[in-house]
Amino acid sequence: MHIFEGFLPSPWWQLWFVFSIPVIMFGMYRLNKLVSERRDLLPLLAVAGAFIFVLSSLKLPSVTGSSSHPTGTGMAAILFGPAVTAVMGVIVLLYQALFLAHGGLTTLGANVASMGIVGPVIAYAIYKAGMKANLNFYVVVFIAAAFADWATYVLTSAQLALAFPSQAGGFLGSFQAFAAVFATTQVPLAIMEGALTALIFKYIIQVKGDALVELKVVSQETINKIRGTPA
Amino acid sequence: MKIGKGEIIFAVIAVLFVASFFYGMAANPGSEFGGADGAAEGVITDVTGGYEPWVDNMGFEPPGGETESLLFALQAAIGAVIIGYFFGYYKGKGRSD
Repeated sequence: MHIFEGFLPSPWWQLWFVFSIPVIMFGMYRLNKLVSERRDLLPLLAVAGAFIFVLSSLKLPSVTGSSSHPTGTGMAAILFGPAVTAVMGVIVLLYQALFLAHGGLTTLGANVASMGIVGPVIAYAIYKAGMKANLNFYVVVFIAAAFADWATYVLTSAQLALAFPSQAGGFLGSFQAFAAVFATTQVPLAIMEGALTALIFKYIIQVKGDALVELKVVSQETINKIRGTPA
Repeated sequence: MKIGKGEIIFAVIAVLFVASFFYGMAANPGSEFGGADGAAEGVITDVTGGYEPWVDNMGFEPPGGETESLLFALQAAIGAVIIGYFFGYYKGKGRSD
């Protein structure tokens, strides 16, 4: 659920573009490099992008009585890093803004910041920290993907609260109100997304585990350990 | 693909998710489960006392819910085809190598 067209007044919509554009540029540079040097990894890149495409089209009902959709960005962030994920986020958000009246062009910078950058950065950081701490691979993927999803909507709430602080409570007052809508609705969806992402990673390891080793996502020892013990 | 621990855990979480939806239906009688973005619009109105978006939607606007659901389904279908195709490709390639 992205911020509607025209719903961020100046200077906020410009500021979020200033935040997002450098990351998108760096992501395009990384993507170009990846595409020209590692043509064999193109299918995996396509799968990660398609995963975002599918998940962000599924509007799921939540316990709060409203609906929202998962983001699907955790998987791409773990595989290719947050910058490349930001570029994929731009593609999905453009599709939805241009054809579905969902999100918007003026709010694209803010929506890329939440779904394409901050969520994926959180996923990437959690994944790296979790693997370093030698936790179970699937548990780490689950937590990373779930928090990428959830953090996206926490930031969406913060973006709206910054633009619309309440007269009584200021930023915090309206952040609470927006988070009550977005962040609460998102909790069950984030858990579901984490579980799905972990399951998809099981299949990626089965059919293309060597690519994960080449991308330095996991070490060969981890792959051996996972394959040795039936998951 | 064999059913392993991963699939079972996923299935349990999926069942819990569906159960939470039924709980949500009971806890919010009459709710149509509209988008959270629509609900946020209500919060903006509460906070500002009425906000007019400074620019209208610039892309194509689906004329109604039917066309909108078509385009969302198309989005999911495109993604699903790509995922299925490449998983099949990798799996077949793994067998022939």
